[in-house]
Amino acid sequence: MATPGGTNRASHSLDKSITLPPDEIFRNLENAKRFAIDIGGSLTKLAYYSTVQHKVAKVRSFDHTAKAGVQQEADGEPLYEISVQEEITARLHFIKFENTYIETCLDFIKDHLVNTETKVIKATGGGAYKFKDLIEKKLKLKVDKEDEMSCLIKGCNFVLKNIPHEAFVYAKHADSEFRFQNTRPDIFPYLLVNIGSGVSIVKVESEDKFERIGGSSIGGGTFWGLGALLTKTKRFDELLQLASKGQHTNVDMLVKDIYGGAYGSLGLTGDLIASSFGKSATADKEFSQEDMAKSLLHMISNDIGQLACLYARLHNLNRVYFGGFFIRGHPVTMHTITYSINFFTKGEVQALFLRHEGYLGAIGAFLKGAEEDNPNQYSWGENYAGSSGLMSVSPDLNPMQRARSGTFDMLEMDRLERQLVNLPLLQDPSSYIPDTVDLTEDALAREYWLYCFEEALDGVVKRAVASQKDQPEAAERAEKFRQKYRHKLQTLRHQPFAYGSLTVRSLLDTREHCLNEFNFPDPYSKIKQRENDMALKYYQKVVRSLEELSWEQRQFALVRGILAGNVFDWGAKAVSDVLESDPEFGFEQAKQQLQERPWLVDAYNQWVERLKGPPHKCALFFVDNSGMDIILGVFPFVRELLLRGTEVVLASNSGPALNDVTNSELQIVTERIAAMDPVIQTAVKEERLILVQSGSSSPCLDLSRLDKVLATVVRERGTDLVIIEGMGRAIHTNYYAMLSCESLKLAVIKNSWLAERLGGKIFSVVFKYEVPSKAQGLH
Amino acid sequence: MELNGYHCAGEGCAEAEDEDTAGPELLRPAGGEPPCSSAAAGSGEKAMADGPAHRERRISNSTPARQRLDSLKKSRPPFPWFGMDIGGTLVKLVYFEPKDITAEEEQEEVESLKSIRHYLTSHTAYGKTGIRDVHLELPDLILWGRKGSLHFIRFPTQELPAFLQMGRDKHFSSLHTTLCATGGGAYKFEADFRTMADLQLLKLDELDCLIKGVLYIDSVVARGPPECYYYENPTHPENCQQKAYNLENPYPLLLVNIGSGVSILAVYSKDNYKRVTGTSLGGGTFLGLCCLLTGCSTFEEALEMASRGESTRVDKLVRDIYGGDYERFGLPGWAVASSFGNMMCKEKRDSVSKEDLARATLVTITNNIGSITRMCALNENIERVVFVGNFLRVNTLSMKLLAYALDYWSKGQLKALFLRHEGYFGAVGALLELLNSS
Repeated sequence: MATPGGTNRASHSLDKSITLPPDEIFRNLENAKRFAIDIGGSLTKLAYYSTVQHKVAKVRSFDHTAKAGVQQEADGEPLYEISVQEEITARLHFIKFENTYIETCLDFIKDHLVNTETKVIKATGGGAYKFKDLIEKKLKLKVDKEDEMSCLIKGCNFVLKNIPHEAFVYAKHADSEFRFQNTRPDIFPYLLVNIGSGVSIVKVESEDKFERIGGSSIGGGTFWGLGALLTKTKRFDELLQLASKGQHTNVDMLVKDIYGGAYGSLGLTGDLIASSFGKSATADKEFSQEDMAKSLLHMISNDIGQLACLYARLHNLNRVYFGGFFIRGHPVTMHTITYSINFFTKGEVQALFLRHEGYLGAIGAFLKGAEEDNPNQYSWGENYAGSSGLMSVSPDLNPMQRARSGTFDMLEMDRLERQLVNLPLLQDPSSYIPDTVDLTEDALAREYWLYCFEEALDGVVKRAVASQKDQPEAAERAEKFRQKYRHKLQTLRHQPFAYGSLTVRSLLDTREHCLNEFNFPDPYSKIKQRENDMALKYYQKVVRSLEELSWEQRQFALVRGILAGNVFDWGAKAVSDVLESDPEFGFEQAKQQLQERPWLVDAYNQWVERLKGPPHKCALFFVDNSGMDIILGVFPFVRELLLRGTEVVLASNSGPALNDVTNSELQIVTERIAAMDPVIQTAVKEERLILVQSGSSSPCLDLSRLDKVLATVVRERGTDLVIIEGMGRAIHTNYYAMLSCESLKLAVIKNSWLAERLGGKIFSVVFKYEVPSKAQGLH
Repeated sequence: MELNGYHCAGEGCAEAEDEDTAGPELLRPAGGEPPCSSAAAGSGEKAMADGPAHRERRISNSTPARQRLDSLKKSRPPFPWFGMDIGGTLVKLVYFEPKDITAEEEQEEVESLKSIRHYLTSHTAYGKTGIRDVHLELPDLILWGRKGSLHFIRFPTQELPAFLQMGRDKHFSSLHTTLCATGGGAYKFEADFRTMADLQLLKLDELDCLIKGVLYIDSVVARGPPECYYYENPTHPENCQQKAYNLENPYPLLLVNIGSGVSILAVYSKDNYKRVTGTSLGGGTFLGLCCLLTGCSTFEEALEMASRGESTRVDKLVRDIYGGDYERFGLPGWAVASSFGNMMCKEKRDSVSKEDLARATLVTITNNIGSITRMCALNENIERVVFVGNFLRVNTLSMKLLAYALDYWSKGQLKALFLRHEGYFGAVGALLELLNSS
């Protein structure tokens, strides 16, 4: 570990031995197949594909047909069976390390490679040739070389499509150095400026169509080569360090050196460089190495920026991504390139950088070799548990992280079972941001939530152990989970930008990924089962009492029912404390906790007025928790919609997250309700009530990454109402989401800090009913 | 009182003298040229006689001659006639030496004016660093009804204090003349001119002056080597030759001025132009880097070294990476993939000469200017590019390289043009403003 302040420790770390146990780096090698390698000037990137066995909690319905029509009172008998099954999923592993480790790494891979089907390794990068013999000898795999540029583009397309917050804008002096960009529904066309020893400017128009439209010989090699001639520093990284300490104004001739001030009529400010190195031509004096390095850096960055802008303008492109070893996460070059682009385009074009820029070649080479598995037909997701995340880029701010970059960096991507697409009802998919608060920028909120998640960790560990009482080693695994997640939280405290923008959603998702990592696929399965059972018993009673009310009264009771149901939430600490200590916390009590009207956000009157009008054609309902919430809150509400003649699509999670009801659980619950309620039964039979998966396993909701089937159903049914329920889906995310149809967002704020922030108290109610303006609705 | 630098009884007197008494003298054709067709109005029959036919167009501007001459007399500024362009590296000075001075005028000429005229015209070098580019001198030029020679002088901007001292010593300020100056130095040193030499500057925009100067010089040069030329067969070094270019219909035109830095202008008409962009990688960068890399100290020295060097030892070429052409992207093997790219490697750093480094610097800067220029031409949809500025002075290497690069990468679409008075147009443009100053 580097000592603080030791700026040249980074280079020393190159000589260190591997600091992580190799099996934590080359994970799951036993199940690996298909290798690809990208060997650059100093870094090697290895890619492979593995199959991962996951324990997955499956629910299966008991056969209830025998008891059909019989009063269900077998108290102790659970509703469904929970079994933990092994499921095989696909994962992509990418590992980046210094070339010095290449032999050690190849040895390790050789020793652990079991799969004998693998015969070739795809290779790209300048070093692929140099290390060809070594690889072939060590791994007994045939090296199959792939074109560098096409690998780069393939890799770039892949990360842009599959990793949210892949691209970012760099702002040196902002609160957060990184401003991440939303995933766009269409990533094409874009310009990729790859700055290696020279510069290549590539226009990418589609998955398979790209063209090198230009380039420049003034690139990273020029900085390095000229830098080595002008100074005593011979290493690229050290030259950059040198540059970061210099003053270019001592070497460059500025506009003010010629004009005495600005060249006003042209709008050229005095500080602008008129002639790079112009002072070294006229002054007979020594120039400091730092100053010359800085001047060189500015000269090259400005030149590249200028050419990139000229090409972008000529081809009418405004998305320009920068990559290559000149950029590779170096804050100095990201800053100078950003500055240059801003200057030359007057802010019309933003310089974009990529979190996984260093992996593009390896990803592309891998994809070329894996075409028969057709990875592009799936959606992939970054596994936060297995990925290192973006390093801190300020060497002086975080020497520890800098030292780590000298060793190993990992990216893991899980193949998602479902292909993910946009919700077709988003008003503007390209500007949609799921998350309400960006914790990367909001330091106060970040502090609070990091603290909150750390506080809740004990409870989560306890819950995890309790969910696997029959397995003696569960406690040990749970402890490993605790360490891993705590470490992630610590990392995020220092580098909130590690996985893109830090949000409550990403904190929750990271926790789920870590739980899965240690085989706790569904710690709440038994709780959900118990709560579903309990709630089902009250269903008919609740429905009956609702039927006795007048229409007006009933509408209000239905809404209050959903809200009361939503109080039952293990995801919120305030509630889970109560639930833990007082399991009898009942539905009626919950209603009493609710804030009286007027609510914190209260559009109830408009909603009721709307209900007096014609029925909606089809409502899409994103449901939240198991138990009281879904059964006593959501189903009666859905029942009323169905009776009005509105079709209902219930969207629930594909995989488990906290006590959220999963799609397979919801199927059983629906069956059971249908068995006792003819309204639901008919609707199911007539397919006026259907269940779909959201494609997500998160307590939050990203409307830009939803199951393709859901999107199809929504479109086919002419959905004209979207209901989003719960804090995770309607407050932490989507609070500001603009839809092209009517929408209801309802939630109970079960967190006093958040309630206070929104100007309310704990158990405040948000009831947001929005109707898009006519003009927007026509789209 | 003094007028036009000559002792005279009064304004009316001067006019009468000029127009009537000295009339025949003044109207005597200079080199066959009618005096009325002066200044931007250009030459008349003379041009028709031995100049290219296109010069006809200028006649249309020269009517009605008599009237114009009258107004010229009234507004004609007093001698001496200077135009100055104070750049980041060099000061460019143009001086009109009247050759039609009558004996009477000669006698009346004040001492300081005479002394300046003699000093400038009898030397070709001033101090250690001032130089008169004799080969560029435009003799028999008619300017505002006076016939004379236009001289082109340059000295380093660093020497400006010495120049001001000389102005003071020669009592320049006593002439009550306006000094028209452009370039950044006109602004930066304005106070110095006032305090050190008691001179008032008329500050002029450098790009305005540049364009005026280019158009003017191209219009008045009729004899001798052509002002505007290009390289024929730029992609075949053995057949590559300078050829005169007819700049009759110059618009639209991309004007690339390579001084210490570079400005690129799109010119659509005499007074409609815009600065498209610029780059800080210019002549100053070439010389600056050469000084640091080779220890040389002058532009000439740097160029001379470059002419003896080999840039391919310093640069990494496409063929160094791919073994030949990179066909997938249509990149020829000889193209530079990375300027100074070979210098990343210690053995290669140890094996190159200073000459190689100078050559690589020249090639890097020149190609980069070519590349930016080409992109601007495409963006502005302009096919003709005129390169000016002192970076091109005695720099055939760069000119041929620019001609080659533009032709090759545009597949013959773009044409690189050059002007013989490459660095002096700003100063000429400043001189022309003298008429408007009085």
